[in-house]
Amino acid sequence: MKWFDYQAPRNIGEAVEAMTLHPTARPLAGGTDLLVQMRAGRRTPDLIVDIKKIPELNQLHFEPGLGLTLGAAVPCYRIYNDSAVSRAYPSLAEVANIIGGTQIQGRASIGGNLCNAAPSADSIPLLIALGATARITGPSGERTIDVAAFCTAPGVNVLQPGEILVSIQIPPTAGGARYLRFIPRNEMDIAVAGAGVSVTLSNGNIQSAKIALASVAPTPITVDASSLSGAPVNDDTLKKAGELAAAAAKPITDMRGTADYRRHLCAVLTRRALASAIAAAKESK
Amino acid sequence: MERKVHVQTTINGEPAEFLCEPRQSLLECLRDILNLTGTKEGCNDGNCGACTVTMDGRIVTSCLVLGVEAEGAEITTIEGIARGNELHPLQKAFLEEAALQCGICTPGFIVAAKALLDQEPHPTEERIRWWLANNLCRCTGYDKIVKAVQKAAQEVTL
Ligand SMILES: Cc1cc2nc3c(=O)[nH]c(=O)nc-3n(C[C@H](O)[C@H](O)[C@H](O)COP(=O)(O)OP(=O)(O)OC[C@H]3O[C@@H](n4cnc5c(N)ncnc54)[C@H](O)[C@@H]3O)c2cc1C
Ligand code: FES
Ligand code: FES
Repeated sequence: MKWFDYQAPRNIGEAVEAMTLHPTARPLAGGTDLLVQMRAGRRTPDLIVDIKKIPELNQLHFEPGLGLTLGAAVPCYRIYNDSAVSRAYPSLAEVANIIGGTQIQGRASIGGNLCNAAPSADSIPLLIALGATARITGPSGERTIDVAAFCTAPGVNVLQPGEILVSIQIPPTAGGARYLRFIPRNEMDIAVAGAGVSVTLSNGNIQSAKIALASVAPTPITVDASSLSGAPVNDDTLKKAGELAAAAAKPITDMRGTADYRRHLCAVLTRRALASAIAAAKESK
Repeated sequence: MERKVHVQTTINGEPAEFLCEPRQSLLECLRDILNLTGTKEGCNDGNCGACTVTMDGRIVTSCLVLGVEAEGAEITTIEGIARGNELHPLQKAFLEEAALQCGICTPGFIVAAKALLDQEPHPTEERIRWWLANNLCRCTGYDKIVKAVQKAAQEVTL
């Protein structure tokens, strides 16, 4: 690895200042993407800003009426080990539990998964489906944007020079949600396709549904699922959701799978994730 | 300016300090600076688990931790697993069950398995397999490793 300097600021102001003074600086959360990329020469920062010592970035706080504040550096294991968070957002706890293996989950953060902006990132479709927003701080102050608009190209996000992600805010859920992916092994692999779905029910019908997909476009993508609102909960609706997802996908053919296969997977995963989210929504009532 | 960093940490229960470059991984610091060569390098990218150590009670792949991040942390390596001159039940079970051939994966498996047994003395076979999914072995086919962990689990609680 090329030489770099290391700083571990204790507050957001210092972190933003360091990031602003060093245009090539990179924030370090769990390092499970960044250190791999640096070793491969794909990123060559002259400064690493370790953000794990900043209190706001380590917050994990659930408030029933308000939702979840997930600090950008919180490692995955803290999410699934927190019983209140796991109860309120079982789908999020499950995603935290499928990113890498035990060792990776001891370090890797959902914030890092989001900022890394990989098309295959497992947490992003679920965050989009849950209606999550990203709280960002930088040299010109704070801003909040939808996670759905955070990734702009493979490995590229909306953050401007000097900006860092502080936390991910997830609103309270009134229904159910689920993320499903297809990988050739049971764990420790990159998704060929993934589908994150959330749903709320009203009088036994779908009130609203959100669908987002991984690994089938240059960024995680949102599927327009507005036509599902008001639809009855039955197999036809599940099938229609799958068709919407397959139509929205813009997959490529690569060593992990062909474009056709991926489109097919989108339909199957979306159908199953929606069925599972509906079951969760019924249970949570 | 290219300056080494002074790191103060705790390794296997003893205070330790070393000078390293910020770009050196904890794995490199353990092996090349502190001569703790029990921790192995396999892939150097987080996939194989040969470099597993515990850091503040959690298992991590030390190839994906910077040495400078060890400042103020508590690290346990394979060298800290035996109880004095007495092998840990996991180490004995790995020998008795022939859960190793070349042995390069073994330190990582033992450190990872110990962390599981410390928090869950009676894991199911499925739990053991998921917990160890971040540890690869090219030689044994895993069955003997899982059996050794199960055997040690019985002995730890005796
Ligand atoms: C063996 C292995 C298995 C893996 N399995 C999976 C998997 O199953 N699914 C999956 O989705 N991913 C997987 N990954 C990739 C990686 O673990 C995840 O993307 C992880 O969530 C990254 O989080 P991190 O905290 O380690 O991020 P880091 O590596 O610390 O950071 C990632 C990127 O985001 C930037 N960044 C981090 N935090 C901030 C912030 N607060 N503000 C601005 N920028 C920031 C960094 O500069 C860097 O560019 C795997 C990786 C390995 C090594
Ligand atoms: S050497 Fe660290 S995981 Fe393989
Ligand atoms: S014993 Fe050789 S890799 Fe496991």
